[in-house]
Amino acid sequence: MTSTPTPLPSHAVDKETAPEKPRKMSRAERRAIAARGKLSSPWASGIAILIAILWTIPSVGLLITSFRPETVIRNSGWWTVFGNIASGEAEFTVDNYNQALYGNSSNLSTFFVNSFVITIPAVIIPITLALLAAYAFAWIPFKGRNFLFVAVFSLQVVPLQVALVPLLSNYNDWGIGGSFWTVWFSHSIFALPLAIFLLHNFMKDIPPSLVEAARVDGAGHVKIFFRVLFPLLVPAIASFGIFQFLWVWNDLLVGLTFAARPYQPMTVAVAELAGSRGGDWHLLTAGAFISMVVPLVVFIALQRYFVRGMLAGAVKG
Amino acid sequence: MTRRTTASRRRSLAAVAGGASLALLLAACGDPDGEGGVAEPDDMGGDMESSIDCAAYDEFGDLEGTTVNIYTSIVEPEQQTQEDSYDAFEECTGVEVVYEGSREFEAQLLVRIQAGNAPDIAYLPQPGLLNTIVSDYPDAIVPAPDATVANVDEFFSETWKDYGTVDGTFYSAPLGANAKSFVWYSPSMFADAGYEVPQTWTEMLDLTETIASEQETLPWCVGVESGDATGWAGTDWIEDVVLRTAGPDVYEQWYTHEIPFNDPQIVEAFDAAGEILKNPDYVNAGLGGVDSIATTPWTDAGFPILDGNCWMHRAANFYQTQWPSGTEVSESGDVFAFYLPTDQTDVKPVLGGGEFVAAFDERPEVQAFQTYLSSADWANEKALATPEGGWVSANTGLDPANLQTEFDQLAYETISDEAAVVAFDASDLMPGEVGAGTFWTGIVNWVTGSSTQEVVDRIENSWP
Repeated sequence: MTSTPTPLPSHAVDKETAPEKPRKMSRAERRAIAARGKLSSPWASGIAILIAILWTIPSVGLLITSFRPETVIRNSGWWTVFGNIASGEAEFTVDNYNQALYGNSSNLSTFFVNSFVITIPAVIIPITLALLAAYAFAWIPFKGRNFLFVAVFSLQVVPLQVALVPLLSNYNDWGIGGSFWTVWFSHSIFALPLAIFLLHNFMKDIPPSLVEAARVDGAGHVKIFFRVLFPLLVPAIASFGIFQFLWVWNDLLVGLTFAARPYQPMTVAVAELAGSRGGDWHLLTAGAFISMVVPLVVFIALQRYFVRGMLAGAVKG
Repeated sequence: MTRRTTASRRRSLAAVAGGASLALLLAACGDPDGEGGVAEPDDMGGDMESSIDCAAYDEFGDLEGTTVNIYTSIVEPEQQTQEDSYDAFEECTGVEVVYEGSREFEAQLLVRIQAGNAPDIAYLPQPGLLNTIVSDYPDAIVPAPDATVANVDEFFSETWKDYGTVDGTFYSAPLGANAKSFVWYSPSMFADAGYEVPQTWTEMLDLTETIASEQETLPWCVGVESGDATGWAGTDWIEDVVLRTAGPDVYEQWYTHEIPFNDPQIVEAFDAAGEILKNPDYVNAGLGGVDSIATTPWTDAGFPILDGNCWMHRAANFYQTQWPSGTEVSESGDVFAFYLPTDQTDVKPVLGGGEFVAAFDERPEVQAFQTYLSSADWANEKALATPEGGWVSANTGLDPANLQTEFDQLAYETISDEAAVVAFDASDLMPGEVGAGTFWTGIVNWVTGSSTQEVVDRIENSWP
């Protein structure tokens, strides 16, 4: 076993350190340079900033609204707050957050915990299974491998909704209806096709020579997986982990349909906040922000993996 | 060699630790009967003990330790008052009532029935849903037990019993009732300006005309926006007017489609409502022009009354709970309501609504609970458990003195009046494509400029 760090598949670096001798650039390189030029033009930057601002406005409005008192929310738009600040009349309050979090018997704080309990296993289970499956599809030759892979991959087109009723009746037959298990299973089932596809593509991307070298050294599948592939797969795993985390955290349909009341995630509770006849809609902004905090933190903390991993997995088909 | 051993040992330790913590997590969270999640509020002490006669539930045997699940569209803030009203029954029988409310109730109930885990009891917000369930899932729903039928015969009128009956079988006892024929106003504004509460439709139009000419503010405020149900508040307006201009008999022919939706009598009712709703001199007080009706949330449309910008707002009894906290609802307070008057002398039509109790199981505790909900005991317990008001029942065993607000007593008086004809909300009785579809969108088109004829023709064409 070698203990040297495994070389990264970094073709770009190789090319830049290539001999200085002027040579004909490949088409791809010319395109890359042209693209770089386009992207760094002041116009492009301006447009990018403009789009970013436009896309942020609704969230900013939501954030401001969530801190305004109920009567003010009902009477005027959030943008009037700027004029009010200038004239010193702006009112802010955390009442909405208080009421959303602790206001009634279905307070959000308990559902907040539920959301974590649902999300963490619903991320770990599909990643674990998908890693094993992806390894088999990528590096273990067996009969019907390609057919099976296409079959798994094509399961992605099955919409979640058609599976709701059959799954629910099966869960009831198995006697686990309404528990956390149903939500974990369902999320894992729905995540696996994409997870296997992404991780498989990423594994295929790793130079076969690495795997062959390890095999020549006498490593078995387990050792190859853990010692050779796993360290290289971290970005892909992280990116899919974030993807799945955001999906499960924001999911309403699965949580609403499968879980019984005490096991439902926060999205369900936020949807109920408005009250029987929608009269309490001023609480929704606060509820939305409470449920947004966690995915926001996860995304910002791990976003470099997100971009890198998604590209690595998806570009090479 | 040494390095490798440590490294692999560390790794395997990590794997073991990771696996163990995952297993712990799964074990801790996977217990479906666990006490985790939402804590049940404790019983409210002993002060409610045996406030009802427990003997009525003896016939169902010993129910101690059993559970009844109910599923409903009623969520906070009404959920708490519902749960409190079950305490007396729980103390009598030892049954635990598990309450689950969801705003997605109507879609989710059908999913659960199909998947075979229907709740024990569901509160159906409209008879149309009962018809759908009985015709699509006849095996899931069970008829009401004899004790419940006896209660309904004793405490409810024939009309209410009919709403819970499909093809001659009685399934669902009425629960709460809504009375929608009310006009909210500010008693002090009326007194200061010297206006009287109108007693007939004509008087009301005269008053409207007087306000429009004497006052700087417009007389009426209206709003029909309600998310994906935008328009329903306007359908109530039309239904109330149909009851008044065409009468309850035509009203029944209208929702059963014995007469077409574009019948001249319906057109007449639309135009009578349009005298107010489409008149820029009468609407939309404090909110904008006529077309602001479509964009004003129905929950907020009456608020200009509080600022003195609006004189009258037609809304149901449950609008009582929509007023901002701190608003005093009484004849001497900030806002109150009067019965939407009529020129008819023989009848006083009341547009109503209500929930119906459907059962999906025949266990004795479920039947006992059904019986409790249809009893006068429950109606009185519920009235006492609703200090904020906003709830009435058509149960004749309800003692009006138990209703906690002046307005609820008025609402109860209105629906139990000798001359009252309680007509169920027509849009809830029409096929879904119309009653929860084109009728709603038709209202929006109507208040934003389409002519009555265009709108009723389009709705008629969409009738399945």
